[in-house]
Amino acid sequence: MSSRDIILKSIKDYAPSKSSELPNINISHASYENINEKFSTSLSSVGGIAVFMENIEEIKEYIAEHYADSKVIVSNCENLLPIVTKDANATKDPHALHDVDLAIIEGEFGVAENGAVWIMEPKNRHRALYFIAQKLIIIIPKNEIVPTMHEAYEKLSFGTQNFGLFISGPSKTADIEQSLIIGAHGAIETCVIFI
Amino acid sequence: MSHSTGHSELAEKFANNVERMNWHDKALWFVRLKRDNQAKSLDEWEELRSTADKIKKHTLENLANYLEEFEKNALSRGIKVHWAKDAKEHNKIVLDILNSKNVKMVVKSKSMLTEECHLNPFLEKHGIEVVDTDLGERIVQLRNEPPSHIVLPAIHLKKEDVGTTFEKFLNTQKGNSDPTYLTRAARAHLRKKFLGADASMTGVNFAIAETGGIVVCTNEGNADLGSSLPKLHIACMGVEKIIPRLKDLSIFIRLLARSATGQPVTSYTSHYHGPVEDGEMHIIIVDNGRSNILSTDKYKKSLQCIRCGACLNTCPVYRRSGGHSYGYTIPGPIGSTLAPSRDLKKYSTLPFACSLCASCSNVCPVQVDLHQQLYLRRQDVVDAGYLSPAKYRVLKMATWLMSHPRIMDFAGLLARKIVPLLPRSIIYSKINIWGKSRELPKFPKNSFKELYKAKKGSK
Repeated sequence: MSSRDIILKSIKDYAPSKSSELPNINISHASYENINEKFSTSLSSVGGIAVFMENIEEIKEYIAEHYADSKVIVSNCENLLPIVTKDANATKDPHALHDVDLAIIEGEFGVAENGAVWIMEPKNRHRALYFIAQKLIIIIPKNEIVPTMHEAYEKLSFGTQNFGLFISGPSKTADIEQSLIIGAHGAIETCVIFI
Repeated sequence: MSHSTGHSELAEKFANNVERMNWHDKALWFVRLKRDNQAKSLDEWEELRSTADKIKKHTLENLANYLEEFEKNALSRGIKVHWAKDAKEHNKIVLDILNSKNVKMVVKSKSMLTEECHLNPFLEKHGIEVVDTDLGERIVQLRNEPPSHIVLPAIHLKKEDVGTTFEKFLNTQKGNSDPTYLTRAARAHLRKKFLGADASMTGVNFAIAETGGIVVCTNEGNADLGSSLPKLHIACMGVEKIIPRLKDLSIFIRLLARSATGQPVTSYTSHYHGPVEDGEMHIIIVDNGRSNILSTDKYKKSLQCIRCGACLNTCPVYRRSGGHSYGYTIPGPIGSTLAPSRDLKKYSTLPFACSLCASCSNVCPVQVDLHQQLYLRRQDVVDAGYLSPAKYRVLKMATWLMSHPRIMDFAGLLARKIVPLLPRSIIYSKINIWGKSRELPKFPKNSFKELYKAKKGSK
């Protein structure tokens, strides 16, 4: 008998004759009067920043002003091609992204309770981009904020896509004496822009 | 340590450094308070806990079906699925996959399962370099120590310890123990490792039967960066990591980071549903004693654990004795019930490393009945004859005394009269192991029985 069959058999042997029900998930929770504000507060509490803008020109100005020292900039947003300095999808090898200073990516929606953003970009070839870039900007359509993870997971499904993630703020660690340090292995800055 | 790991002996070593012990106690209590703030901020907290409990209970009752569903869906996504009965088989599967790709260096993110299987020394013996990439894990790896906490692996160390370790291995400035400086040094050091690795290994927080994918939660981004650069990703999971539906994650993700570190969510919650371009993704499903635990009604609930570490942070014994005093991969209340499942004799002292205060059960996000299990484990230890002879004799005497009420009353009377007159050298002599680091309370004039009678008589 294979290990698979041995394991499954011993688990089946111990299964009770009658099983309990799988519960429905129907958790009532507080609603947020100003959901944008709640998202912003949640994100800033985990070291990120949320900004709300009207158009793509504003984003370009914001990047020029706040990310002047970022030399290698990548993005799959067509509107931002003029400021892109490197095509992240051009190479087969994600290691080529090691020098990326700023990645501007697209998120689907934000979650107000924890400042997380769901990202599942079909246009992005390498998932490494989300973690290897020194700084991250995530652009989300305005009004795409859900209150909690319950509404978030209702929106998700995995079809042919093989990777998706929530990012909540920059990478961080508190492994040395519990002091919180922003910037462990992933981005040292994360900014979410709603447009 | 004659016949067991001897928690109290190891704890004494840790507690001898009083300043360090107090720091450890406070640092963990601070994490517990952060957890409380998060829990209190949600009116639905208890509903989340009870729903999580129900999902896990149902899943364990139907575990074989969900494992099969998970395997089927993972395979259809092009993920390779392996099964390992025990640690030995797990390690061999890992080695075979790594060898088949000629891997020389693997970056690994935190996985208590690979710690349990002692994978690192095994791979190193076979000429493969293993780099732990979680900052805390890297620190203890460089120091050749096991993690002392399942979420905060280096919580037993002070920044000066980390400073001297990095001085030696990462050439950092002598005497510089600034946490930001040290973290940046580790970032630079580990970036090179991430870029040079031939393969990555991660643990699994949740495996979704419905979709055939896995979820890994990190704050540092180490599992995430590590697994997205090389072509080969191996994820290792215990059979109990399964959850039925994608939407069940909304419950567990809301509970996990809040319970673990008092954050609303981890920085990264990555959902892996297939390999990187031209890559391979392998999942190893490991039993290693878990189906045995499933067979015990008293203890099977311990398999619901999602490894948040909340029970460690709240435990008055863990906070004052440190993770290494448990002598098992997983310390604290959850470890004290899991370890005896593996070897009751070897870990016979762990169920007693507990004041039965039940705080662990109260904070557990999946409602594992931890203190109840530890109470039952003690009985197993006594029944199996593994109790230390001194403790055994004391308990025997107490049993005899308590079943003879008149003698018990007389002994109490004597004690109340005599003990206050005795010098410390006699009361706290070697025989009184209880009094080694405790003070006796002030003896009252009358016994409870006498007080009760007097009170009743006055009415």
